[in-house]
Amino acid sequence: MIYLKLFYEFFLIGLFTFGGGYAMIPLIKETVVNNGWLTLDEFYSFIGICESTPGPIAVNMATYIGSTQGGILGSISATLGVVLPSFIIILLIAICLKRFTKNKHFKHFIKGVKPVIVSLILFAGITLLIKCIGIDIDAFDVNINYISIVILVIITVLYFVLLKVFKKKLSSIQIILISGVLGIILSYILE
Amino acid sequence: MKKFFNLFYIFFKIGLFTFGGGYAMIAQIKEIIVEKKKWITEEELLEIITIAESTPGPIAINMATYIGYKREKILGSIAATLGVILPSFIIIFFISLFIEQFMSLKVVKYAFIGINVGVCFLILKTAINMLKNIEKKLLPILIFSLVLSLLILFEILSIKFSSIFFILFGGIIGIIYYSITQKEVNN
Repeated sequence: MIYLKLFYEFFLIGLFTFGGGYAMIPLIKETVVNNGWLTLDEFYSFIGICESTPGPIAVNMATYIGSTQGGILGSISATLGVVLPSFIIILLIAICLKRFTKNKHFKHFIKGVKPVIVSLILFAGITLLIKCIGIDIDAFDVNINYISIVILVIITVLYFVLLKVFKKKLSSIQIILISGVLGIILSYILE
Repeated sequence: MKKFFNLFYIFFKIGLFTFGGGYAMIAQIKEIIVEKKKWITEEELLEIITIAESTPGPIAINMATYIGYKREKILGSIAATLGVILPSFIIIFFISLFIEQFMSLKVVKYAFIGINVGVCFLILKTAINMLKNIEKKLLPILIFSLVLSLLILFEILSIKFSSIFFILFGGIIGIIYYSITQKEVNN
């Protein structure tokens, strides 16, 4: 039953993603790609869409996958699944476990989880970088994508010049917009 | 009924205008809930942020649930949580209906060649920032290097391994290691 499956998979995502935002990407990627709901390319494109729409990435992904796999009921099951763990946990903390987050073992647990999250995100970033450049690890295939490399260099230089020289920090949406426009311009030039 | 609707409405607005994830939302909550509505104090907000950071799930949901409960108990937390997720639910649901036609346009395909690179930049930037902030002590660095090596190894060998196990592994090692080292300090 697809609704139960959607609910269950996104419940796990809601339960095991500490840190929010990009910390959630590795686990979401795993679930969505391994279930064959999205290809890796589609997954990262959708992250781009998430960056340009309001709301948490995990909720957006749940709604989207739910809808494409099971229509409106699917999107409700997946979204409820991803929201329910934090809803229940926070409610318990607010009602009776106020001291829980001050618990010694709980703090130690979180201290141990933090470095794992860093490696997971760094690994997700590195694999995406390798893919963008045009190296297919699974097929041992190299097909260098010059447009991506040029865009990456422009974005990186632009970001640090604005940050260091003009003290202006580009927001995530601005970075997505600029890289999208660069993608269009460079692709048409090299067509 | 009016108070529930009010909670729902305030969080609906916050959900609608929060681009850029949970941390962008903190600024909005501070402005609307702390300064304008005075529903919670700034100290309480800091406490909620700490709780939200150390519990699973998106920060936006955690904050809505907590503040909703503080105002109007369980029904309040339901109203606030529904309010904060409904805007993205509606927007993404409509996007999902038209995405195939949209993505098959040539100009959109070209845009996404660039957008994927932008996403890559953002993820790497986040990772490097987090790496800089990692505690420069034996255990965190050891866990970080071990998990990263295993991730690379499993990728090369095409072994599928859920990152949930890595998260639990890190947490359990954390409990064991810090309990032992703190006991030694006490003795």
